[in-house]
Amino acid sequence: MEIDPFIFRLSIFILSIFIGYYVVWSVTPSLHTPLMSVTNAISSVIIVGAIIAALSGGDGVIFSSSSIFGFLAIVLAAVNIFGGFLVTQRMLAMYKKKKKN
Amino acid sequence: MSANFSAILYLISGVLFILALRGLSSPETSRQGNFFGVVGMVIAITVTFFSVGNFSSGFIYVLIFLAIGGSMGAFIAYRIPMTAMPELVAGFHSLVGLAAVFVAISAFINPEAFGLGTPGNIKLASLIEMAIGAAVGAITFSGSVIAFLKLQGIMSGAPITFKGQHALNALILLSIVVLTFYLCSTQSANLFWILIVVSFLIGFLIIIPIGGADMPVVISMLNSYSGWAAAGIGFTLENTALIITGALVGSSGAILSYIMCKGMNRSFFNVILGGFGATEQSSKDRNNEQRPVKSGNADDAAFLMKNASSVIIVPGYGMAVAQAQHALREMVDTLKKNDIKVSYAIHPVAGRMPGHMNVLLAEANVPYDEVFELEEINNDFANADVAFVIGANDVTNPVAKTDPQSPIYGMPVLDVEKCKSVLFVKRSLSPGYAGIDNDLFYKENTLMLFADAKKMTEDITKNL
Repeated sequence: MEIDPFIFRLSIFILSIFIGYYVVWSVTPSLHTPLMSVTNAISSVIIVGAIIAALSGGDGVIFSSSSIFGFLAIVLAAVNIFGGFLVTQRMLAMYKKKKKN
Repeated sequence: MSANFSAILYLISGVLFILALRGLSSPETSRQGNFFGVVGMVIAITVTFFSVGNFSSGFIYVLIFLAIGGSMGAFIAYRIPMTAMPELVAGFHSLVGLAAVFVAISAFINPEAFGLGTPGNIKLASLIEMAIGAAVGAITFSGSVIAFLKLQGIMSGAPITFKGQHALNALILLSIVVLTFYLCSTQSANLFWILIVVSFLIGFLIIIPIGGADMPVVISMLNSYSGWAAAGIGFTLENTALIITGALVGSSGAILSYIMCKGMNRSFFNVILGGFGATEQSSKDRNNEQRPVKSGNADDAAFLMKNASSVIIVPGYGMAVAQAQHALREMVDTLKKNDIKVSYAIHPVAGRMPGHMNVLLAEANVPYDEVFELEEINNDFANADVAFVIGANDVTNPVAKTDPQSPIYGMPVLDVEKCKSVLFVKRSLSPGYAGIDNDLFYKENTLMLFADAKKMTEDITKNL
Protein backbone atom coordinates (compact mmCIF):
# COMPACT_ATOMS: atom_id res chain seq x y z
CA MET A 1 0.00 0.00 0.00
CA GLU A 2 1.27 3.44 -0.90
CA ILE A 3 1.91 5.97 1.82
CA ASP A 4 -0.30 9.05 1.76
CA PRO A 5 1.77 12.19 0.93
CA PHE A 6 0.16 13.76 3.97
CA ILE A 7 2.26 11.47 6.15
CA PHE A 8 5.42 12.85 4.54
CA ARG A 9 4.33 16.40 5.21
CA LEU A 10 3.45 15.48 8.76
CA SER A 11 6.95 13.99 9.17
CA ILE A 12 8.52 17.22 7.92
CA PHE A 13 6.30 19.17 10.30
CA ILE A 14 7.12 17.11 13.38
CA LEU A 15 10.86 17.06 12.64
CA SER A 16 10.82 20.82 12.05
CA ILE A 17 9.26 21.34 15.46
CA PHE A 18 12.23 19.52 16.95
CA ILE A 19 14.70 21.54 14.88
CA GLY A 20 12.93 24.70 16.04
CA TYR A 21 13.11 23.51 19.63
CA TYR A 22 16.88 23.02 19.60
CA VAL A 23 17.69 26.04 17.45
CA VAL A 24 15.60 28.41 19.55
CA TRP A 25 17.03 27.17 22.85
CA SER A 26 20.46 28.11 21.56
CA VAL A 27 19.38 31.69 20.82
CA THR A 28 21.03 34.02 23.29
CA PRO A 29 18.43 35.70 25.58
CA SER A 30 19.68 39.16 24.66
CA LEU A 31 18.47 38.53 21.10
CA HIS A 32 14.96 37.40 22.02
CA THR A 33 13.36 40.55 20.62
CA PRO A 34 15.08 40.20 17.21
CA LEU A 35 14.09 36.51 17.35
CA MET A 36 10.43 37.52 17.60
CA SER A 37 10.67 40.03 14.77
CA VAL A 38 12.52 37.64 12.47
CA THR A 39 10.14 34.74 13.15
CA ASN A 40 7.39 37.17 12.37
CA ALA A 41 9.05 38.01 9.05
CA ILE A 42 9.62 34.39 8.03
CA SER A 43 6.11 33.28 8.99
CA SER A 44 4.96 35.73 6.32
CA VAL A 45 6.13 33.17 3.78
CA ILE A 46 2.38 32.60 3.85
CA ILE A 47 2.57 35.11 0.99
CA VAL A 48 3.13 32.01 -1.16
CA GLY A 49 -0.50 31.08 -0.57
CA ALA A 50 -1.57 34.67 -1.09
CA ILE A 51 0.10 34.80 -4.52
CA ILE A 52 -1.58 31.57 -5.62
CA ALA A 53 -4.90 32.97 -4.39
CA ALA A 54 -4.38 36.30 -6.16
CA LEU A 55 -3.62 34.60 -9.48
CA SER A 56 -6.54 32.20 -9.13
CA GLY A 57 -8.86 34.25 -11.36
CA GLY A 58 -7.70 32.54 -14.54
CA ASP A 59 -7.25 34.21 -17.91
CA GLY A 60 -8.66 37.68 -18.28
CA VAL A 61 -10.19 37.75 -14.79
CA ILE A 62 -8.03 39.73 -12.40
CA PHE A 63 -10.41 40.49 -9.56
CA SER A 64 -12.64 37.59 -8.60
CA SER A 65 -14.04 37.01 -5.12
CA SER A 66 -11.20 34.60 -4.33
CA SER A 67 -8.39 36.69 -5.86
CA ILE A 68 -9.38 39.82 -3.92
CA PHE A 69 -8.70 37.99 -0.66
CA GLY A 70 -5.39 36.93 -2.19
CA PHE A 71 -4.41 40.51 -3.03
CA LEU A 72 -5.34 41.67 0.48
CA ALA A 73 -3.25 38.88 1.96
CA ILE A 74 -0.31 39.90 -0.25
CA VAL A 75 -0.40 43.43 1.16
CA LEU A 76 -0.56 42.17 4.76
CA ALA A 77 2.23 39.64 4.27
CA ALA A 78 4.40 42.16 2.39
CA VAL A 79 4.13 44.65 5.27
CA ASN A 80 5.39 41.88 7.53
CA ILE A 81 8.17 40.66 5.27
CA PHE A 82 9.71 44.06 4.64
CA GLY A 83 8.87 45.43 8.08
CA GLY A 84 10.02 42.29 9.88
CA PHE A 85 13.37 41.82 8.15
CA LEU A 86 14.24 45.53 8.12
CA VAL A 87 13.41 46.14 11.75
CA THR A 88 15.41 43.03 12.68
CA GLN A 89 18.35 44.32 10.69
CA ARG A 90 18.02 47.71 12.37
CA MET A 91 18.07 46.09 15.79
CA LEU A 92 20.94 43.72 15.05
CA ALA A 93 23.06 46.59 13.74
CA MET A 94 22.94 48.07 17.26
CA TYR A 95 24.45 45.06 19.03
CA LYS A 96 28.08 46.02 19.28
CA LYS A 97 31.02 44.74 21.25
CA LYS A 98 32.91 46.84 23.75
CA LYS A 99 35.55 48.92 21.99
CA LYS A 100 39.04 47.86 22.94
CA ASN A 101 41.02 50.78 24.29
CA MET B 1 8.76 24.71 -13.57
CA SER B 2 8.32 21.08 -12.57
CA ALA B 3 6.60 20.35 -9.29
CA ASN B 4 9.57 18.40 -8.01
CA PHE B 5 12.04 21.17 -8.76
CA SER B 6 9.91 23.81 -7.05
CA ALA B 7 9.46 21.50 -4.06
CA ILE B 8 13.24 21.28 -3.73
CA LEU B 9 13.58 25.05 -3.92
CA TYR B 10 10.88 25.44 -1.23
CA LEU B 11 12.87 23.02 0.90
CA ILE B 12 15.99 25.16 0.42
CA SER B 13 14.10 28.23 1.49
CA GLY B 14 12.91 26.34 4.58
CA VAL B 15 16.52 25.43 5.39
CA LEU B 16 17.57 29.08 4.98
CA PHE B 17 14.91 30.05 7.52
CA ILE B 18 16.37 27.52 9.96
CA LEU B 19 19.78 29.14 9.43
CA ALA B 20 18.21 32.57 10.01
CA LEU B 21 17.19 31.49 13.51
CA ARG B 22 20.45 29.64 14.05
CA GLY B 23 22.36 32.88 13.40
CA LEU B 24 20.72 34.44 16.45
CA SER B 25 22.79 32.26 18.78
CA SER B 26 25.28 35.12 18.97
CA PRO B 27 25.24 38.80 17.94
CA GLU B 28 28.20 38.28 15.58
CA THR B 29 26.42 35.71 13.43
CA SER B 30 22.97 37.28 13.73
CA ARG B 31 23.27 39.72 10.83
CA GLN B 32 24.32 36.93 8.50
CA GLY B 33 21.35 34.91 9.75
CA ASN B 34 18.97 37.70 8.88
CA PHE B 35 20.45 37.78 5.39
CA PHE B 36 19.77 34.03 5.00
CA GLY B 37 16.18 34.72 5.98
CA VAL B 38 15.83 37.36 3.26
CA VAL B 39 17.33 35.01 0.65
CA GLY B 40 14.94 32.24 1.73
CA MET B 41 12.00 34.59 1.31
CA VAL B 42 13.13 35.77 -2.15
CA ILE B 43 13.50 32.14 -3.27
CA ALA B 44 10.04 31.18 -1.95
CA ILE B 45 8.33 34.11 -3.68
CA THR B 46 10.19 33.64 -7.00
CA VAL B 47 9.45 29.92 -7.09
CA THR B 48 5.78 30.61 -6.50
CA PHE B 49 5.67 33.01 -9.44
CA PHE B 50 7.24 30.44 -11.75
CA SER B 51 5.18 27.48 -10.55
CA VAL B 52 1.91 29.39 -10.99
CA GLY B 53 3.32 30.47 -14.36
CA ASN B 54 0.65 33.10 -14.90
CA PHE B 55 2.41 36.26 -16.06
CA SER B 56 -0.72 37.93 -17.37
CA SER B 57 -1.98 41.30 -16.18
CA GLY B 58 -2.82 39.73 -12.81
CA PHE B 59 0.90 39.33 -12.22
CA ILE B 60 1.42 43.10 -12.54
CA TYR B 61 -1.21 43.62 -9.85
CA VAL B 62 0.56 41.13 -7.61
CA LEU B 63 3.75 43.18 -7.93
CA ILE B 64 1.85 46.41 -7.27
CA PHE B 65 0.24 45.07 -4.11
CA LEU B 66 3.57 43.62 -3.04
CA ALA B 67 5.16 47.04 -3.48
CA ILE B 68 2.37 48.78 -1.56
CA GLY B 69 2.68 46.41 1.41
CA GLY B 70 6.46 46.40 1.18
CA SER B 71 6.83 50.16 1.28
CA MET B 72 4.41 50.38 4.19
CA GLY B 73 6.45 47.78 6.04
CA ALA B 74 9.75 49.48 5.25
CA PHE B 75 8.39 52.84 6.35
CA ILE B 76 7.21 51.41 9.68
CA ALA B 77 10.49 49.55 10.22
CA TYR B 78 12.58 52.71 9.85
CA ARG B 79 10.30 55.03 11.80
CA ILE B 80 9.38 52.90 14.82
CA PRO B 81 11.14 53.89 18.05
CA MET B 82 12.84 50.99 19.82
CA THR B 83 10.67 51.50 22.92
CA ALA B 84 7.62 50.65 20.79
CA MET B 85 8.98 47.25 19.73
CA PRO B 86 6.40 45.21 21.72
CA GLU B 87 3.52 47.06 20.04
CA LEU B 88 5.13 46.61 16.65
CA VAL B 89 5.59 42.88 17.08
CA ALA B 90 2.01 42.49 18.33
CA GLY B 91 0.79 44.47 15.33
CA PHE B 92 2.82 42.36 12.91
CA HIS B 93 1.46 39.15 14.43
CA SER B 94 -2.06 40.35 13.79
CA LEU B 95 -1.20 40.80 10.09
CA VAL B 96 0.15 37.25 9.75
CA GLY B 97 -3.02 35.97 11.41
CA LEU B 98 -5.28 37.95 9.10
CA ALA B 99 -3.29 36.93 6.01
CA ALA B 100 -3.77 33.27 7.02
CA VAL B 101 -7.52 33.86 7.31
CA PHE B 102 -7.65 35.50 3.88
CA VAL B 103 -5.70 32.72 2.20
CA ALA B 104 -7.98 30.13 3.81
CA ILE B 105 -11.08 32.03 2.65
CA SER B 106 -9.73 32.26 -0.87
CA ALA B 107 -8.94 28.55 -0.91
CA PHE B 108 -12.44 27.79 0.36
CA ILE B 109 -14.14 29.94 -2.30
CA ASN B 110 -11.95 28.74 -5.17
CA PRO B 111 -10.45 25.34 -4.29
CA GLU B 112 -9.72 24.54 -7.97
CA ALA B 113 -6.96 27.16 -8.10
CA PHE B 114 -5.21 25.36 -5.25
CA GLY B 115 -5.90 21.87 -6.60
CA LEU B 116 -8.05 20.98 -3.59
CA GLY B 117 -11.26 19.87 -5.31
CA THR B 118 -14.34 21.83 -6.30
CA PRO B 119 -16.53 24.18 -4.21
CA GLY B 120 -18.85 22.12 -2.04
CA ASN B 121 -16.65 19.10 -2.65
CA ILE B 122 -13.30 19.95 -1.10
CA LYS B 123 -11.00 17.11 -0.06
CA LEU B 124 -11.66 16.27 3.57
CA ALA B 125 -8.04 16.59 4.72
CA SER B 126 -7.67 19.96 2.97
CA LEU B 127 -10.88 21.21 4.54
CA ILE B 128 -9.72 20.28 8.03
CA GLU B 129 -6.33 21.96 7.44
CA MET B 130 -8.05 25.01 6.01
CA ALA B 131 -10.40 25.25 8.99
CA ILE B 132 -7.49 24.95 11.44
CA GLY B 133 -5.47 27.57 9.55
CA ALA B 134 -8.40 29.96 9.43
CA ALA B 135 -9.39 29.48 13.08
CA VAL B 136 -5.87 29.82 14.48
CA GLY B 137 -5.22 32.76 12.16
CA ALA B 138 -8.37 34.52 13.35
CA ILE B 139 -7.47 33.93 17.00
CA THR B 140 -3.97 35.30 16.33
CA PHE B 141 -5.45 38.36 14.64
CA SER B 142 -7.97 39.44 17.27
CA GLY B 143 -5.71 38.43 20.17
CA SER B 144 -2.83 40.47 18.75
CA VAL B 145 -5.07 43.47 18.17
CA ILE B 146 -6.05 43.45 21.85
CA ALA B 147 -2.40 42.98 22.88
CA PHE B 148 -1.45 45.89 20.62
CA LEU B 149 -4.16 48.15 22.10
CA LYS B 150 -3.08 47.27 25.65
CA LEU B 151 0.61 47.87 24.93
CA GLN B 152 -0.09 51.10 23.07
CA GLY B 153 -2.13 52.29 26.05
CA ILE B 154 -5.26 52.82 23.94
CA MET B 155 -6.87 50.14 26.07
CA SER B 156 -6.20 49.94 29.82
CA GLY B 157 -3.55 47.37 30.73
CA ALA B 158 -5.71 46.28 33.67
CA PRO B 159 -7.18 42.79 33.38
CA ILE B 160 -10.84 42.75 32.32
CA THR B 161 -12.63 39.95 34.12
CA PHE B 162 -16.25 39.00 34.54
CA LYS B 163 -18.24 36.19 36.04
CA GLY B 164 -18.39 32.97 34.05
CA GLN B 165 -15.56 34.13 31.81
CA HIS B 166 -13.71 30.82 31.80
CA ALA B 167 -16.88 28.83 31.26
CA LEU B 168 -17.81 31.06 28.32
CA ASN B 169 -14.36 30.70 26.76
CA ALA B 170 -14.42 26.94 27.19
CA LEU B 171 -17.85 26.83 25.58
CA ILE B 172 -16.67 28.88 22.58
CA LEU B 173 -13.56 26.73 22.13
CA LEU B 174 -15.77 23.65 22.20
CA SER B 175 -18.07 25.23 19.63
CA ILE B 176 -15.08 25.74 17.30
CA VAL B 177 -14.39 22.00 17.39
CA VAL B 178 -18.07 21.20 16.78
CA LEU B 179 -18.28 23.74 13.93
CA THR B 180 -15.18 22.26 12.26
CA PHE B 181 -16.74 18.81 12.51
CA TYR B 182 -20.02 19.89 10.91
CA LEU B 183 -18.18 21.96 8.32
CA CYS B 184 -16.36 18.85 7.21
CA SER B 185 -19.50 16.77 6.93
CA THR B 186 -21.69 19.42 5.22
CA GLN B 187 -19.11 21.62 3.35
CA SER B 188 -21.44 24.50 4.17
CA ALA B 189 -20.05 27.97 3.41
CA ASN B 190 -22.16 29.47 6.21
CA LEU B 191 -20.51 27.24 8.78
CA PHE B 192 -17.11 28.35 7.47
CA TRP B 193 -17.98 32.02 7.99
CA ILE B 194 -19.42 31.31 11.45
CA LEU B 195 -16.24 29.43 12.34
CA ILE B 196 -14.13 32.46 11.42
CA VAL B 197 -16.34 34.92 13.33
CA VAL B 198 -16.35 32.71 16.44
CA SER B 199 -12.55 32.40 16.23
CA PHE B 200 -12.18 36.18 16.08
CA LEU B 201 -14.38 36.41 19.16
CA ILE B 202 -12.41 33.88 21.21
CA GLY B 203 -9.09 35.55 20.38
CA PHE B 204 -10.49 38.76 21.78
CA LEU B 205 -11.91 37.09 24.90
CA ILE B 206 -8.72 35.16 25.66
CA ILE B 207 -6.53 38.26 25.83
CA ILE B 208 -8.73 40.81 27.66
CA PRO B 209 -8.32 39.24 31.14
CA ILE B 210 -4.51 39.31 30.90
CA GLY B 211 -2.79 42.28 32.52
CA GLY B 212 -0.12 44.57 31.08
CA ALA B 213 2.96 43.07 32.71
CA ASP B 214 1.99 39.58 31.53
CA MET B 215 2.31 40.80 27.96
CA PRO B 216 5.70 39.10 27.43
CA VAL B 217 3.89 35.77 27.73
CA VAL B 218 1.00 36.92 25.57
CA ILE B 219 3.21 38.20 22.75
CA SER B 220 5.26 35.00 22.77
CA MET B 221 2.08 32.93 22.74
CA LEU B 222 0.65 34.88 19.81
CA ASN B 223 4.00 34.49 18.06
CA SER B 224 3.57 30.76 18.46
CA TYR B 225 -0.06 30.87 17.19
CA SER B 226 0.97 32.78 14.08
CA GLY B 227 3.38 29.92 13.36
CA TRP B 228 0.73 27.23 13.81
CA ALA B 229 -1.63 29.20 11.55
CA ALA B 230 1.06 29.34 8.86
CA ALA B 231 1.68 25.60 9.26
CA GLY B 232 -2.05 24.90 8.89
CA ILE B 233 -2.11 26.84 5.62
CA GLY B 234 1.13 25.08 4.62
CA PHE B 235 -0.63 21.71 4.89
CA THR B 236 -3.54 23.02 2.83
CA LEU B 237 -1.18 24.24 0.09
CA GLU B 238 1.07 21.18 0.44
CA ASN B 239 3.99 23.59 0.69
CA THR B 240 7.15 22.50 2.52
CA ALA B 241 8.55 26.00 3.09
CA LEU B 242 5.37 27.01 4.90
CA ILE B 243 5.20 23.80 6.94
CA ILE B 244 8.84 24.09 8.08
CA THR B 245 8.50 27.80 8.87
CA GLY B 246 5.22 27.32 10.70
CA ALA B 247 6.77 24.60 12.86
CA LEU B 248 9.86 26.74 13.58
CA VAL B 249 7.86 29.82 14.53
CA GLY B 250 5.36 27.76 16.48
CA SER B 251 8.00 26.13 18.63
CA SER B 252 9.97 29.38 18.96
CA GLY B 253 6.97 31.21 20.40
CA ALA B 254 6.16 28.29 22.68
CA ILE B 255 9.71 28.24 24.09
CA LEU B 256 9.67 31.99 24.67
CA SER B 257 6.34 31.71 26.52
CA TYR B 258 7.83 28.95 28.64
CA ILE B 259 10.93 31.05 29.46
CA MET B 260 8.73 34.02 30.39
CA CYS B 261 6.47 31.91 32.61
CA LYS B 262 9.50 30.42 34.34
CA GLY B 263 10.84 33.94 34.89
CA MET B 264 7.69 34.65 36.89
CA ASN B 265 7.44 31.20 38.48
CA ARG B 266 3.89 30.90 37.20
CA SER B 267 2.31 28.22 35.12
CA PHE B 268 1.25 28.97 31.57
CA PHE B 269 -2.38 28.38 32.55
CA ASN B 270 -2.12 30.75 35.49
CA VAL B 271 -1.05 33.50 33.09
CA ILE B 272 -3.60 32.65 30.40
CA LEU B 273 -6.52 32.47 32.80
CA GLY B 274 -5.60 36.05 33.66
CA GLY B 275 -6.72 38.45 36.35
CA PHE B 276 -3.28 38.52 38.02
CA GLY B 277 -2.62 41.58 40.16
CA ALA B 278 -6.24 42.72 40.14
CA THR B 279 -7.36 40.41 42.93
CA GLU B 280 -4.22 40.51 45.03
CA GLN B 281 -4.33 44.19 45.89
CA SER B 282 -7.31 43.98 48.24
CA SER B 283 -6.15 40.89 50.09
CA LYS B 284 -2.70 42.31 50.69
CA ASP B 285 -3.15 45.18 53.08
CA ARG B 286 -1.07 43.85 55.93
CA ASN B 287 1.58 46.45 55.20
CA ASN B 288 -0.76 49.34 55.81
CA GLU B 289 1.24 50.75 58.72
CA GLN B 290 3.78 53.34 57.64
CA ARG B 291 7.28 51.99 57.54
CA PRO B 292 10.25 54.35 57.49
CA VAL B 293 11.80 54.98 54.10
CA LYS B 294 15.07 56.74 53.38
CA SER B 295 14.85 59.04 50.43
CA GLY B 296 17.56 61.07 48.80
CA ASN B 297 18.33 63.31 45.86
CA ALA B 298 20.63 63.21 42.86
CA ASP B 299 23.48 64.66 44.89
CA ASP B 300 23.36 61.82 47.46
CA ALA B 301 23.18 59.25 44.67
CA ALA B 302 26.14 60.77 42.85
CA PHE B 303 28.15 60.77 46.08
CA LEU B 304 27.46 57.08 46.70
CA MET B 305 28.37 56.13 43.14
CA LYS B 306 31.53 58.21 43.02
CA ASN B 307 32.85 56.32 46.03
CA ALA B 308 31.94 52.92 44.67
CA SER B 309 34.28 50.62 42.79
CA SER B 310 31.57 48.58 41.12
CA VAL B 311 27.99 49.43 40.18
CA ILE B 312 25.25 47.14 38.84
CA ILE B 313 22.38 48.68 36.89
CA VAL B 314 18.96 46.97 37.06
CA PRO B 315 16.68 48.33 34.32
CA GLY B 316 12.98 47.60 33.99
CA TYR B 317 9.90 48.66 32.11
CA GLY B 318 9.94 52.08 33.80
CA MET B 319 13.19 52.86 31.97
CA ALA B 320 11.43 52.21 28.66
CA VAL B 321 8.46 54.37 29.64
CA ALA B 322 10.71 57.26 30.67
CA GLN B 323 12.94 56.74 27.56
CA ALA B 324 15.85 56.90 30.00
CA GLN B 325 18.23 54.49 28.22
CA HIS B 326 20.37 57.20 26.59
CA ALA B 327 20.61 59.26 29.77
CA LEU B 328 21.54 56.07 31.61
CA ARG B 329 24.37 55.29 29.21
CA GLU B 330 25.74 58.82 29.60
CA MET B 331 25.73 58.38 33.36
CA VAL B 332 27.55 55.06 32.98
CA ASP B 333 30.13 56.66 30.66
CA THR B 334 30.90 59.21 33.36
CA LEU B 335 31.20 56.46 35.95
CA LYS B 336 33.55 54.49 33.72
CA LYS B 337 35.74 57.55 33.26
CA ASN B 338 36.16 57.48 37.03
CA ASP B 339 37.36 53.86 36.82
CA ILE B 340 34.19 52.42 38.26
CA LYS B 341 33.21 48.99 36.98
CA VAL B 342 29.65 48.98 35.63
CA SER B 343 27.50 46.06 34.48
CA TYR B 344 23.82 45.63 33.70
CA ALA B 345 21.56 42.94 35.16
CA ILE B 346 18.51 41.92 33.12
CA HIS B 347 15.67 39.88 34.55
CA PRO B 348 14.01 37.54 32.02
CA VAL B 349 10.64 39.30 32.32
CA ALA B 350 11.90 42.89 32.54
CA GLY B 351 9.96 45.00 30.05
CA ARG B 352 7.00 44.07 27.93
CA MET B 353 8.51 41.44 25.65
CA PRO B 354 11.38 38.93 25.74
CA GLY B 355 14.71 40.75 25.35
CA HIS B 356 13.07 44.19 25.48
CA MET B 357 15.69 45.72 27.81
CA ASN B 358 18.60 44.33 25.77
CA VAL B 359 17.36 46.05 22.63
CA LEU B 360 16.93 49.39 24.41
CA LEU B 361 20.42 49.20 25.90
CA ALA B 362 21.84 48.22 22.51
CA GLU B 363 20.07 51.23 21.02
CA ALA B 364 21.80 53.46 23.57
CA ASN B 365 25.14 52.00 22.44
CA VAL B 366 25.70 49.86 25.51
CA PRO B 367 28.08 47.06 24.44
CA TYR B 368 26.30 43.72 24.79
CA ASP B 369 29.19 42.18 26.72
CA GLU B 370 28.40 44.50 29.64
CA VAL B 371 24.83 43.19 29.84
CA PHE B 372 24.18 40.03 31.86
CA GLU B 373 21.27 37.67 32.44
CA LEU B 374 19.97 36.86 35.90
CA GLU B 375 21.92 33.61 36.41
CA GLU B 376 25.15 35.14 35.16
CA ILE B 377 25.19 38.11 37.49
CA ASN B 378 23.14 37.24 40.56
CA ASN B 379 26.18 36.21 42.62
CA ASP B 380 27.92 39.51 41.88
CA PHE B 381 25.48 41.65 43.83
CA ALA B 382 27.06 40.58 47.11
CA ASN B 383 30.40 42.01 45.96
CA ALA B 384 29.07 45.16 44.31
CA ASP B 385 28.98 48.53 46.04
CA VAL B 386 25.93 50.09 44.47
CA ALA B 387 22.86 48.66 42.72
CA PHE B 388 21.03 51.23 40.62
CA VAL B 389 17.43 50.06 40.10
CA ILE B 390 15.79 52.06 37.34
CA GLY B 391 12.22 51.24 36.41
CA ALA B 392 12.22 47.70 37.79
CA ASN B 393 10.21 46.68 40.83
CA ASP B 394 8.73 43.21 41.39
CA VAL B 395 11.80 41.50 39.94
CA THR B 396 13.92 42.88 42.82
CA ASN B 397 11.49 42.07 45.62
CA PRO B 398 13.20 39.91 48.27
CA VAL B 399 9.75 38.79 49.44
CA ALA B 400 9.84 36.25 46.59
CA LYS B 401 12.54 34.42 48.56
CA THR B 402 11.24 34.87 52.10
CA ASP B 403 7.45 34.95 52.25
CA PRO B 404 5.60 31.79 51.14
CA GLN B 405 2.30 33.72 51.42
CA SER B 406 3.32 36.20 48.75
CA PRO B 407 1.84 35.83 45.26
CA ILE B 408 5.32 36.13 43.77
CA TYR B 409 6.90 33.59 46.14
CA GLY B 410 9.34 31.36 44.26
CA MET B 411 9.82 33.76 41.38
CA PRO B 412 13.52 34.14 40.54
CA VAL B 413 14.57 37.66 41.60
CA LEU B 414 17.74 39.69 41.36
CA ASP B 415 19.56 39.69 44.72
CA VAL B 416 19.75 43.47 44.74
CA GLU B 417 19.46 43.73 48.52
CA LYS B 418 22.86 42.06 48.93
CA CYS B 419 24.61 45.14 47.54
CA LYS B 420 26.27 47.51 50.00
CA SER B 421 23.81 50.18 48.98
CA VAL B 422 20.79 50.25 46.73
CA LEU B 423 19.61 53.28 44.77
CA PHE B 424 15.99 52.83 43.74
CA VAL B 425 14.62 55.29 41.17
CA LYS B 426 10.85 55.36 41.32
CA ARG B 427 8.15 57.96 41.12
CA SER B 428 6.32 56.89 44.28
CA LEU B 429 6.07 54.04 46.76
CA SER B 430 3.16 52.50 44.86
CA PRO B 431 3.32 48.74 44.45
CA GLY B 432 4.32 47.12 41.18
CA TYR B 433 2.28 44.94 38.86
CA ALA B 434 1.91 42.09 41.33
CA GLY B 435 0.15 44.56 43.63
CA ILE B 436 2.46 43.94 46.56
CA ASP B 437 4.79 46.10 48.54
CA ASN B 438 8.49 45.79 47.79
CA ASP B 439 10.44 45.05 50.98
CA LEU B 440 13.50 46.51 49.36
CA PHE B 441 12.09 50.05 49.83
CA TYR B 442 12.41 49.72 53.60
CA LYS B 443 15.83 48.14 53.87
CA GLU B 444 18.53 49.88 55.86
CA ASN B 445 20.82 50.16 52.83
CA THR B 446 18.21 51.40 50.34
CA LEU B 447 18.02 55.01 49.25
CA MET B 448 14.84 55.88 47.37
CA LEU B 449 15.17 58.46 44.60
CA PHE B 450 11.67 59.76 43.95
CA ALA B 451 11.69 61.21 40.44
CA ASP B 452 11.20 60.52 36.78
CA ALA B 453 13.85 57.99 35.73
CA LYS B 454 15.26 60.07 32.90
CA LYS B 455 15.43 63.33 34.84
CA MET B 456 17.00 61.68 37.89
CA THR B 457 19.64 59.97 35.77
CA GLU B 458 20.55 63.25 34.06
CA ASP B 459 20.76 65.03 37.42
CA ILE B 460 23.06 62.35 38.81
CA THR B 461 25.35 62.70 35.80
CA LYS B 462 25.57 66.46 36.43
CA ASN B 463 26.53 65.80 40.04
CA LEU B 464 29.19 63.21 39.30
